Order: sequence, then structure tokens, then C-alpha cells
Amino acid sequence: MRPYRVLPFLLMLAFLVLALAGINLAEPEAVLDKAIRVCLSCMGIG
Amino acid sequence: MPGLRRWIQVAATLLSNGYWLFPWKESLYRGPLKAVCLPGLNCYSCPAATGACPLGSLQHVLAELRPGFAAGQPRPGLYVAGLLGFSGSLVGRMPCAWLCPFGLLQEWLHKIPSPELPVPRALSWLKYLFLALFVIALPFWAVDEFGYGMTWFCKFVCPAGTLEAGIPLLILEPELRALVGRLFYAKLTILVLFLAWMAVSRRPFCRVACPLGAIYSLFNKHSAFRLVHHPDRCTRCRACFNDCPMGVKVYEGANQLDCIRCLRCLRHSCRFGAISFEVAGVGPQVGETGGTTGGTH
Repeated sequence: MRPYRVLPFLLMLAFLVLALAGINLAEPEAVLDKAIRVCLSCMGIG
Repeated sequence: MPGLRRWIQVAATLLSNGYWLFPWKESLYRGPLKAVCLPGLNCYSCPAATGACPLGSLQHVLAELRPGFAAGQPRPGLYVAGLLGFSGSLVGRMPCAWLCPFGLLQEWLHKIPSPELPVPRALSWLKYLFLALFVIALPFWAVDEFGYGMTWFCKFVCPAGTLEAGIPLLILEPELRALVGRLFYAKLTILVLFLAWMAVSRRPFCRVACPLGAIYSLFNKHSAFRLVHHPDRCTRCRACFNDCPMGVKVYEGANQLDCIRCLRCLRHSCRFGAISFEVAGVGPQVGETGGTTGGTH
């Protein structure tokens, strides 16, 4: 019988809190803002 | 299992690039899903992309960190880091094998009949260099007079971006071709070299250059989903190593940094029940007579 591992759940919880904190700082809007534009220089064009 | 994985890879690729209206709309998808970082490497400038590339997003966040703080709108990238870390903590590098469109391309290209060229293990450390330098350090530190950095990996390296966004955009918008210069030709060369390498080696980009895989790999040892190696059953026949698309010697330790959890070793290679999996300590137990109980074989 293997012991249960708690560390993965602690890690998941910590990163979930991080993501929620990012959402609180409106970071998804910043991601969206970049993702909906074609950035030619980011592709090495121009 | 390889069949199921292939179907999931194809479905993930189609879902990640499901905006097929772009030839008529003459623009890429601009809906709310683009705020969500996809788990695999998929350029969000691809005309069909439905989500954001986590690597591109991470670089953008770091490139604009200073101006954001200066403007009183700090966006330190917690959202992107949180999503990547959550996924990594859950399944480690599994998205590379099951969800990444560029991973699927590599596996398909390797089906082209060609001589097999091994990837030197020492090269696998290069992806951490790409992560540290091109994704984190340079976008953050190499800034212009206004404090803005660049997306160095996207701009100077990423062959996925060249294939999924650069080339399609140049086909769809011929007027952009006048802007193509040495840099794009250099990136095109990188792409061609990797495509050729994919035919003769298994997943060379994942093994050598992918910063996203490098991030996920850091979670392999402590993720909820893990492989378990049973040394008492292992004959060290190397069947797992010979079958592994990442060249992992499972008998030297499960959950190595390069393991992408394709489960090929577990389902296909090992005939002795020496490899199983567990989720946070719970998993099929190895029986007395070989194989595992609980339905893994």
C-alpha cells in the first residue's frame, strides 16, 4: 500500500491561487489583447 | 492505447485550431477563448487558433512587466504561471504527448521511412537554456528606452510559429511578403532543419528545444499522475527504452524529466508488468503473478 501524496494537491492549490490572483489583476485581458492581434515582428516578419 | 492517444491528439489539434472561418472573415479568431492559454505549443497568431500560446503569453507578460509597474498596472504573469503550474502539478509533461499539436506533427513526420538517428542525451539540456534565456531572461532584461522587451523565443526561434502563423499569413496576405527579410529566412531554415530532423529522430524539438516541455518537466517528479517502476519485475530488457519516443530509460527511474507520459512503455512495451501508474499515491497495485491489477493491462 503506497502512502497518499499530499504535495501534488498543495502544488495544484498554490498554482490555482496564483491563477486566481492573476485573474484578479485582469491578466487574462492582457493575454487576450496580445492573442487577438497579429504580431508580425513576433514572427520575425518586418 | 496508442490509437486512443492519437485520436485525442488529433482532437486537441483541431480544437486548438478550430477557427476555419478565417479565409472568409480575413482575420484570426478574436473571441474570449483567446484569453485561455492552451496546454500545448500552438501559435496564437495562427489564423485558425482558438486559444493563446502559453509561451507567447509568458514572454509578453515579462516583456511588458516594467511598463506595467510604471503605469501602476502590475501584471506579473500570475495567471499564465498559475495555469502552467496547475497543469504541471496535475499531470507533469503529459500534455506534450496527448495535447500538443507540434508533438503530433513530429510523430507523423517520424513515420516517413528514413534511417533512425538518435538524439544525444546531452542536448536535452538545451531546452532549459532556451527557457531561461529566450523565454525569461531576455524578454525581461533586454528592453528598449521605454522599458518594453521582445518575445525572443517567438521572434528568433519558434518553428511552430513559423509553420502555423508565419507561412499561412504570407500565403493569405501576399502584401506581407515584401516585409520578409533575413530573420524570417533564418527562422524558415530552423523550421526546415527541425522538420528534417523529425523524420529521422523521435520528437527532436521536444527533447532539445521546447521551453514549454522544459517547464512541465520540472513537475514530473511531484505531479499527481506519475509512473511507477517496479524493479523486482524489471528484467532491464530495454524494451521500454527502445519504444520510448523521448529516449527515456524507465528502468533507471520513472518520471525522468524527459518522460511525456505517453504510456507507451506501460501499455505496449513492457511485458513483465514492471511499469504502472499512480495518482497522488493511489493506483493499480502490482499483483503476485505479473501485470497489474486494477485494469492497467
